[in-house]
Amino acid sequence: MVNKKIKLFLILSSLIFIFFTFYLGLNKNNYYTTENIVYKKIENFESYEFFSNKKISFKNISPDKKYIILNIWSSWCLPCRKEHKNLIKLRENIKVDLIGLNYKDKFENAKSFLSELGNPYDIILKDKNGLISIEIGAYGVPETYLINNINKKIIKKYLGPINEENVKEIQSLAKQ
Amino acid sequence: MISHLGSYSLIFCTIFAFLIILQSAKLIGNQSKIFPKKIYTIITLQLFFVIFSFSCLLIAFVSSDFSNITVYNNSHTEKPFFYKISGVWGNHEGSLLLWLLVLVLFLFLFILDTKNYDNKYKLLTVIFQEIIILGFLLFIIITSNPFDYIFPVPLEGLGLNPILQDPALAIHPPILYIGYVGTSLIFSSSLAAVINNTVNSEWAKQIKKWVFLSWIFLTLGIMLGSIWAYYELGWGGFWFWDPVENVSLMPWFCLTALLHTILVLEKRNALKNWTIVLSIATFSLSMSGTFLVRSGILNSIHTFANDPSRGVFILTFLFFLIFLAIIVLFIYSENDKKTSNNFNILSKETAVLVNNWFMMYFLSVVLIGTIYPIFLEVFTNEKISVGPPFYQKLMIPFLIPFFIFMSFGPRVKWINDKLKKINYTQIIVFISSLIIAYIIFTNSSVSYLFSSFLIAASIFLVLNSLRDFFSKSIQIPQKISHFSFSILILSILLNGIYSEEFNSNMKVGDELKFIDKTIKFKGINFDEKDNYKLLRGDFEVIDSGKNTLNFNPEIRIYNQPVISTSEADIKTNLFNDNFIVFTLLKDNEIFNVRYQHKPFMIWIWISIIMLAFGGTLAVIKYGK
Repeated sequence: MVNKKIKLFLILSSLIFIFFTFYLGLNKNNYYTTENIVYKKIENFESYEFFSNKKISFKNISPDKKYIILNIWSSWCLPCRKEHKNLIKLRENIKVDLIGLNYKDKFENAKSFLSELGNPYDIILKDKNGLISIEIGAYGVPETYLINNINKKIIKKYLGPINEENVKEIQSLAKQ
Repeated sequence: MISHLGSYSLIFCTIFAFLIILQSAKLIGNQSKIFPKKIYTIITLQLFFVIFSFSCLLIAFVSSDFSNITVYNNSHTEKPFFYKISGVWGNHEGSLLLWLLVLVLFLFLFILDTKNYDNKYKLLTVIFQEIIILGFLLFIIITSNPFDYIFPVPLEGLGLNPILQDPALAIHPPILYIGYVGTSLIFSSSLAAVINNTVNSEWAKQIKKWVFLSWIFLTLGIMLGSIWAYYELGWGGFWFWDPVENVSLMPWFCLTALLHTILVLEKRNALKNWTIVLSIATFSLSMSGTFLVRSGILNSIHTFANDPSRGVFILTFLFFLIFLAIIVLFIYSENDKKTSNNFNILSKETAVLVNNWFMMYFLSVVLIGTIYPIFLEVFTNEKISVGPPFYQKLMIPFLIPFFIFMSFGPRVKWINDKLKKINYTQIIVFISSLIIAYIIFTNSSVSYLFSSFLIAASIFLVLNSLRDFFSKSIQIPQKISHFSFSILILSILLNGIYSEEFNSNMKVGDELKFIDKTIKFKGINFDEKDNYKLLRGDFEVIDSGKNTLNFNPEIRIYNQPVISTSEADIKTNLFNDNFIVFTLLKDNEIFNVRYQHKPFMIWIWISIIMLAFGGTLAVIKYGK
């Protein structure tokens, strides 16, 4: 009988141990620090500046900044419209450059989109045929990436429009 | 509208679940042989409402009702009809609804199947099963309601990941789920049998068809996932020891062990506690599979959403069930000393036990490889991933004794068998397998001493299982399954040892040599389809015998969401698969080309289907 109780105790305590490890493991996944760069590096690409049509290489963007934010957007994309006010809010509160990647868009439409809703971007690059976005690994528009500008690795990736919580998170991540 | 109906019927189901648990608990003391009509009616109603709720989601998907957030996130008007339907379970919320549907359906079938059984046992099973159902209902309603809606209603959905638009993958989740969920019934009924003190031959006889049924679906489900990985991902393999694959393999090992043990319980009324432990473990592993995959604790293609509240819920629920099971087991289990578990060394009972040891060993290897990284990260903040070498190093050495044992095991008789002095057939089989292995190795470029032993042992197994077909004491389902398993093992080994791969960057017009073959990149052409654009490559592979094979792999660029996938072109024949896949590197000019030669690929699929077919025969036989 005593034997049985010891067995029960051992099994239950090891289960509790496993439970808490998993529980901690769950929480672990939720905060990212810059040390934990799990995502891939963005390979260098070349593109053209939106307004001036000047050729720009991704590696030469904002050389003095530690972080950059890359936002893939398009004037025809409805969620982008919804997201735009958050991007503006983000740009106002942050010292990091916000790079726009204009995805498969018509210049005129994109321009009127920006004049209507405001232009939060420091630089806008063109992705006329969508290949740059595919190379980066985008699933669709909009997508936002916080990138370590020194090694060009993605720190955090947001699929779909960013919300106010994401804005706060990006701010706190980029401060570190 | 339809979303509201679906949502309300889930709430009805929750109320029913409470009712059933309370009513069953009240009626347990009742000695009547007839199953209480009231409970039967409520279970039927519950089944009806779950089916109704599932149909609501189905209709929402088919009619592209984007006011439903699940549909908005996972469907698109341009998507082919078939994938609109599979979209229902191709996401977190919908797949849970499918889980629930199978849970309730299985309970209903179980009630129909056990007409002549003790009422107390049935009611206890109903209670345990309804606790699981209730847990899932609450999980769905609280954290992952598939019927949440958005306003304003979007005009277009976000689409389903095109990697998931594949026929094998469309049916992979339902099949795998039937396997997973089937184990829930084994769990409930084994706990009921423990409390009712009826863990005996009769119970084994009744539950074994459910064990076989779950095993068949789990086997086929794993195979479909692996077919998908092979054809769609284009990584040139069918098993990657990815945590998510492992998670489905673990309950499989456990269930396979149970499948054998339950026969000992049936025939010899022994190994009672062990059978119960296996039943509980199998279900717990299936549930942990769901936990690990759905909580986002493992990062993989199966992770639908990284919502920690979901993870906490499943984790808590999983451990609640395990605690419940252990406490039931400790309070009610009879002392095993009364039943004799002392078997003769040379008896079928021992053979089954040895099988179980092997299964448990393989299971532990996979378990450690899968959860060790999680533990390490929690305690040391270090991220590691455990790759194929770990599993290969730990498993392969044990395969040789396993094969040899499996060659003899099935023929050993119950209770006590006698060792014959000299068995000439056995010697002939042994020598011929050595000869065949030798022939294979002298005709190939690869030669490792160890692989030659491995191949010899597996050929020995194949020949012995073939010989078993003439044995009268072995039943047909077993003959088929064991033989298919030996073929499976042999094809996997040959495939692993003799696969060849060529990987290079090429431009149109390039011609490269690879061992005895020449690979020509003749050209590319563009095309446009309903929901994607494609680049089709034109390749030619000429082997030493001047045989030419043409390949047309594709790169597809989907519209919604924009994502590109590589479709391999695979030429299959009975002896080998030839395989070309290419990806875009730069400006539609330079491509990365991978050519693979994979022997006996088709036999892996055929033998798994045969394996499951053997199981099906067993279910038909036991169902009578």
